[in-house]
Amino acid sequence: MLNLSGRWKAALLPVAALLVLSACGSRTGENEVTTGAVADTSGDTVKVGLLNSLSGTMAISEVTVRDAVRLAVEEINAAGGVLGKKIEPISEDGASDWPTFAEKAEKLIREDKVAAVFGCWTSASRKAVKPVFEENKALLFYPVQYEGLEQSPYIFYTGATTNQQIVPGLDYLKSQGKTSVYLVGSDYVFPRTANKIIKAYAAANGITVLGEDYAPLGSTEFGTIVNKVKASKASAVFNTLNGDSNVAFFKEYKSAGLTAAAMPVVSVSIAEEEVKSIGTQYLDGQLTAWNYYQTTPGAANEKFVKAYKAKYGQDKPTSDPMEAAYVSVYLWKAMVEKAGSFEVEKVKAAADGVTFEAPEGLVTVDGATQHIHKTARIGKVGSDGLITEVWNSGQPIKPDPYLKGYPWATGLA
Amino acid sequence: MTVIVSQLFTGVSIGAVLLLIALGLALTFGQMGVINMAHGEFIMAGAYTVYVLQDVVTGAGWSLLVALPLAFLVAGLMGVLLEVLLIRRLYARPLDTLLVTWGVSLILQQLARDIFGAPNVQTRAPEVLTGNVRITDDLVLSNNRLFILALAGLAVVALTVALRFTSLGRRIRAVVQNRDLAAVSGIPTGRVDRVTFFIGSGLAGVAGVALTLLGPIGPTMGTNVIIDAFLVVVAGGIGHLKGSVIVAFALGTLQSLVEYSTTVSVAKVAVFVAIVAFLQWRPQGLFTLRTRSLA
Repeated sequence: MLNLSGRWKAALLPVAALLVLSACGSRTGENEVTTGAVADTSGDTVKVGLLNSLSGTMAISEVTVRDAVRLAVEEINAAGGVLGKKIEPISEDGASDWPTFAEKAEKLIREDKVAAVFGCWTSASRKAVKPVFEENKALLFYPVQYEGLEQSPYIFYTGATTNQQIVPGLDYLKSQGKTSVYLVGSDYVFPRTANKIIKAYAAANGITVLGEDYAPLGSTEFGTIVNKVKASKASAVFNTLNGDSNVAFFKEYKSAGLTAAAMPVVSVSIAEEEVKSIGTQYLDGQLTAWNYYQTTPGAANEKFVKAYKAKYGQDKPTSDPMEAAYVSVYLWKAMVEKAGSFEVEKVKAAADGVTFEAPEGLVTVDGATQHIHKTARIGKVGSDGLITEVWNSGQPIKPDPYLKGYPWATGLA
Repeated sequence: MTVIVSQLFTGVSIGAVLLLIALGLALTFGQMGVINMAHGEFIMAGAYTVYVLQDVVTGAGWSLLVALPLAFLVAGLMGVLLEVLLIRRLYARPLDTLLVTWGVSLILQQLARDIFGAPNVQTRAPEVLTGNVRITDDLVLSNNRLFILALAGLAVVALTVALRFTSLGRRIRAVVQNRDLAAVSGIPTGRVDRVTFFIGSGLAGVAGVALTLLGPIGPTMGTNVIIDAFLVVVAGGIGHLKGSVIVAFALGTLQSLVEYSTTVSVAKVAVFVAIVAFLQWRPQGLFTLRTRSLA
């Protein structure tokens, strides 16, 4: 739209040059020898890495995860540490930039010689650091629900895979007699993969998918999409939108006269923190699929919520990814103690069957997939902004990242 | 049929939103020729005014009504401050103005983050605006969009009247058409510039209030809409409010009709292609050189 004159181009040149330079900078470490890094456990302390975006667009979410890990570290240190050593956390900023994540992971492993790294949120950042951890034979604990279809030997996944979140969400809709769904999602890897799975499930379970729409990340105009949803007369909506788009979507949804009673929306990316920023006025009665809510009953959760609020503020809610991050530190501790060593291969070998009485209930590590057994919980957003459980799977579900145990899912992976 | 009508309504209301966010810019960029990248942050300031006000004035309906003039004032004063401190020193240097105001926009975003926190905040809309008018079962017109449509209409009428029939409007037009002649005729051009900038920025604040009814309220909400606002003013042509009005509604309708049968991304592409094609045909829609800073 603007006429680029000579002055314009002159102004843009340094910017372009900078971009090229920074792209080069992020490729350090490519030529290094690919032997396993050894954790330095010689002193009285053992170092662990915290790798989260502390700046940029993802900081809002990732800082809460970092805080949860810090809380777990403090608690463990107060109780005597791991194998007699205090944990020394080293925090690095991934800056919402995927190459930066890879760079910082390399730094934590090679320079700081940490025994394990806790962090990452988006699938893009996880995919960026995955080769770094595999080359260096180092451990990453990843705390966020994701799209499945992955199983790195050097990553432990403590968030839900699809059969612990999306599939139970669909089971719930089916049990409620919903016969058709409309799929709304942001346009990137997680919603597209999730919707592929949902369509396969629907085809096998007599549910009609009446439409499928993707909005670019950050999109805030949902007039047309909501019109389409309304015209489809679907009995429910499955929502994989992320970030700001949710706010615009739910405002539009309500003003179009659609209600949770007539056409409920099941969301997989809206936790307590997000409810606060969208507004309970717009979310009242809508459904979410997770493994943990602040309101989940049990002594372990009461203790976690109380400790978190005491440390970070009474108005701070706890959410699923935070809980999964908190749990991951305790699971690592249990694995190390079972192995009697900080060595990565020994810790991995000891992982199978390790359990922890987590805020979400008992979780067990599945050694074969390096995911954990988790209870699925469907929740309803209340007018107080908290989410209360309306259904759960009864017992922890065995993780199945490639959906091998589901006949309808053959051909998806 | 119902689908077409409801999509047309959606299109018109998207147009109204575009118009509201572009109207202030049509004044500061269209009339004065100042490329103000911080215009989006004035919109953000208007939205945060609603957020702050709802703690003071209880009752969502009243707080929204009070927020409209107050947001105009807040954003307007921010605009005047920007004009006095920076922009007036950079007249006739469009590239510098662009870079400086872009910097200001980043500073304002960070300021919002420091004051209100990085996550989005929520405002309570009055219950009546979250409802709708039911024409048939399939055709419902949502109240918030009707409200925005009315607000946009009101803003256009008020601005047109002010520009055409008041002595202030005459002065603004005189300065835009020939600054030197206006100056020797005794018009205090500096003051007129300031007032124009006040009104243009104030309108951004009003747009911000309207946006709280539709989308997220956060530090980056201004950057989400600023490009659209510039597109409308550029395609509408310089110095003609009429142009911006027509373009806003045309783009809104095009977007909603294309989007219904395809996807959001395709609709966005269609809008951009339409604008590029339009500017090939009528480049004077781009920069007519009646303004001083882009001459």
